[in-house]
Amino acid sequence: MGGFDFDVIERSLPYLFREGMTFTLTLTALAMTGGIVFGTLLAMLRLSAFKPLSMLAGAYVNLMRSIPLVLVIFWFFFLVPYIGAWILREPNPIRVGAFWSAAITFTLFEAAYYCEIMRAGIQSIPRGQVWSGYALGLDYWQTMARIVLPQAFRNMLPVLLTQTIILFQDTSLVYVISATDFLGAAAKVANRDYRLVEMYSFVAVVYFVVSYGLSTLVKGLQERIAIIK
Amino acid sequence: MEPGGTGTYLHYLLVGLLWTLATALAAWVIALAIGAVVGTLRTTPLKWAVRLGNLYVEIFRNIPLIVQMFLWFFVFPEMVPQAVGDWIKQMPPPWGSYIPAVLCLGIFTSVRVAEQVRAGIQSLPRGQRLAGIAMGLTEAQTYRYVILPQSFRIILPPLTSEFMNIIKNSSVALTIGLLELTGRARSMQEFSFRVFEAFTAATVIYLLTNLLVVLLMRLVEKKVRVPGLIAAAGAPQAGH
Repeated sequence: MGGFDFDVIERSLPYLFREGMTFTLTLTALAMTGGIVFGTLLAMLRLSAFKPLSMLAGAYVNLMRSIPLVLVIFWFFFLVPYIGAWILREPNPIRVGAFWSAAITFTLFEAAYYCEIMRAGIQSIPRGQVWSGYALGLDYWQTMARIVLPQAFRNMLPVLLTQTIILFQDTSLVYVISATDFLGAAAKVANRDYRLVEMYSFVAVVYFVVSYGLSTLVKGLQERIAIIK
Repeated sequence: MEPGGTGTYLHYLLVGLLWTLATALAAWVIALAIGAVVGTLRTTPLKWAVRLGNLYVEIFRNIPLIVQMFLWFFVFPEMVPQAVGDWIKQMPPPWGSYIPAVLCLGIFTSVRVAEQVRAGIQSLPRGQRLAGIAMGLTEAQTYRYVILPQSFRIILPPLTSEFMNIIKNSSVALTIGLLELTGRARSMQEFSFRVFEAFTAATVIYLLTNLLVVLLMRLVEKKVRVPGLIAAAGAPQAGH
């Protein structure tokens, strides 16, 4: 292989981070926000006393959790143009870039995982909290928004963040639809310059540093916000 | 007709399922073996063993699976002596990607198994270990006869979900050229332009496989459940 070539990494740094890492981080942030919001709604549906709603939400979550993420990415890459056309009432499938396709995929996919976390969070709140909300004259939405969800979020914050670190790692799978995320950018350079060893080792190191750093922060946070019972 | 022109598309996908299962099962053996050892080491009083175990877990937990696949497939053959590297690169088609995929998935999952094993051991009351020592057993014997048999029975449910994860995660092997179920659904779609049918069939096959695993494991779980313990619900966990 003739020596490890650091130069190729250095030359491609601006491209890797400005193009690739930006894509990865934007996608992670969008999917996290969308996933937590939609996931929380799903969790509320799953806990609903109205059976058809809870069954529907349950079916959605179980479906998403039973098939591989790669297959889900393929599904949406193919479906989103048709769904978009249907929503916008266009006769032909609309053109959707890899980024928006990925953003929609990861939001909907991760929502299933965030849902299970939030469900556990909501269920960990004592029932008396809900009753006291109703006793004060609050309705369902007010009780949820002001009493139950803030506590559930606080209890589940470390798990939600850990899930986000996994999401950050999982976004690298957009490679299969040839998107230029951090891995995709590195793969393009690797194949152009035939420097696979250097580029993939570098990618592994960067992912490791970011994920390890974040998970150390989460651990610290966990110790700080833990409620002593 | 399938791309090879010998059978139906359904047959083509079912062969894909066999590759998925063959990858998942072989990787599962590796994951259980390494996971059990690393997880156990991390609960021993040996400082160096705990550190080594932590290092192993942190490395393989913080690198995305697809990147690990690339490391095994592209980087590893260049890191070993050239003769070995050439031998690896010249392996005939399915094996050339099957073996790296199995190693990669096995080690990736072993970290998660190790975490479960450690959690299982630590969930046992301290009295169990002390009772073992009081009976005159050595540390190793206490693990062998008292601690491990109980903890493995306790962690069976979370291990089941890890096994389902390994089936799903094996689809990442398509990026290094293994034609497992998802990979075959994709190439079927490229050959026939029947996107909807191809992905629907693959989805249904995954769902049925999951169902089968759940039902089988429920039987096993019922058999090995530790009497007197409330079935472990487990703490909420992040996953994929």
